[in-house]
Amino acid sequence: MTETPVLEVNGVGVALSGRTILHDVTFEIAAGEFVGLIGSNGAGKTTLLRVILGLQPTTAGTVRFGGVRPGRGAGVIGYVPQKVALDPDLPLRARDVVALGLDGQKLGIPLPSARRRALVDELLSSVGASDFADARVGQLSGGQQQRVLIAHALISQPRLLLLDEPLANLDIRSEQEIVELLARVGRERGVAVLLSAHDLNPLLPVMDRIVYLADGRAAAGTTDEIVQSSVLTGLYGRRVDVLRIDGRVLVVAGPNDAHGHDE
Amino acid sequence: MFSEFLINTWIAGSVVAVVAGLVGFFVVLRGSSFLAHALPHGAFAGAAGATLLGLDPILGMGVFAVGGALTVSTLGRRGRNDVVTALALVVMLASGALFLSLGSQYSAEVFALLFGQILGVSSAELLPILALGAVCVVAVVVAYRPLLLASVLPEQAAARGISTFGLSVFFAVLVGLATTMSVPVVGALLMFSLLVGPPAAARLFSADPLRAIPLSIGFALVIVWASIAAAYLSSLPVGFFVTLGSAILYGAGRGWFAIAARRPAAA
Repeated sequence: MTETPVLEVNGVGVALSGRTILHDVTFEIAAGEFVGLIGSNGAGKTTLLRVILGLQPTTAGTVRFGGVRPGRGAGVIGYVPQKVALDPDLPLRARDVVALGLDGQKLGIPLPSARRRALVDELLSSVGASDFADARVGQLSGGQQQRVLIAHALISQPRLLLLDEPLANLDIRSEQEIVELLARVGRERGVAVLLSAHDLNPLLPVMDRIVYLADGRAAAGTTDEIVQSSVLTGLYGRRVDVLRIDGRVLVVAGPNDAHGHDE
Repeated sequence: MFSEFLINTWIAGSVVAVVAGLVGFFVVLRGSSFLAHALPHGAFAGAAGATLLGLDPILGMGVFAVGGALTVSTLGRRGRNDVVTALALVVMLASGALFLSLGSQYSAEVFALLFGQILGVSSAELLPILALGAVCVVAVVVAYRPLLLASVLPEQAAARGISTFGLSVFFAVLVGLATTMSVPVVGALLMFSLLVGPPAAARLFSADPLRAIPLSIGFALVIVWASIAAAYLSSLPVGFFVTLGSAILYGAGRGWFAIAARRPAAA
């Protein structure tokens, strides 16, 4: 693709109180691509997403969005953060949450508008949330809330959708449904998706490319290029084995070279 | 009961109810009940200080309520909000106790600030209530959507470029202003119960925020009106009736909510 990438992350470094969180992270995302941001807890996934959103100052490198430096602003990037706590008696329906994604930054009380309502209905339907559009959002299941939050993030028609561990705390079936939903809406709407996860297996069928984070350093490419013993060993700085079983991938720490008998 | 003297009471009580129902909706939404407890009680100390210096009590209240709001919201950014609020509250209360003990008389005026003197609102007291009430209502209406988004989904709000810190300072000051206008009328204890009770009940009855807010205002109005009438007829303290009304409505709301939750389709 010769088109300008949706997102260019170039040499980004982040240090917090002297500790390096991210070091020289470089990758690109093309329009409509589905990219998995894979790494274990503490690898720097959330920090990297916050850098892209402009919420985390960097110590090095640049982030460019559609060829220009992004300003923080409505609708440029859709975002679904990791932990969203919604009280069961929260006085908001699923449709209210989606509508806030459309114009939540505007001042004043929203006037009733048929266009606004139609747009909200369209988004609810495209994420499969029409059945619970008028239910209290805090009483929905984790998978249902995830759909509503995805609709909230998509309604402003961003070109990039960032999701921080959206599969955490979901059962296996909802996990698969959310992955398929994201792949479909990404395709239909031409939105690039960058999704962080600690397990890459649920994403294998839909991922175009992978950004693998370990100890704040990143390797980016296709899954086959990156998820290899040699690449990950270099990234972690210690021996890592990649096992493939029935189309699934296991990344495990290799035996300690210095003491071959350690388990 | 509707004499010229009491007309001011009805007007002041109604304005306080509208502001409490509206601002209180966001107090409950943001989990800021403790702030709504601390500011009215801290404001009372400001009034005691002003009385000691021979100044208008409402001035002292404004300084303490808004100053307390700024302190709590600024320090709460990097520390635990509840701890900061608690310390601000006890510092304000302690200075209130000091001001009272330094004063020559245990002023009935100051006592009324704790428990309210709704049956004796003068025309001179009415003006600041109307003005501050209008400011509070306009502020909530203008900030409605960003405040709602930042209260419910703070990370999404920040990603859109909304300053969640700025909004929390804005909101704390709003609660401070609502406190300043209301405490002379209903007292610190009652302002707290009006800021929490009616909105907490209303959100159980409706999941639509644009219905829950009018409902919250309606509940606050009914509670205040019924309490003024009951206090007038029975000569018992108005505060008792306000608190009782809030508790009854909240209890009814919980009952309604439990029943509604059993019907999965309806919401």
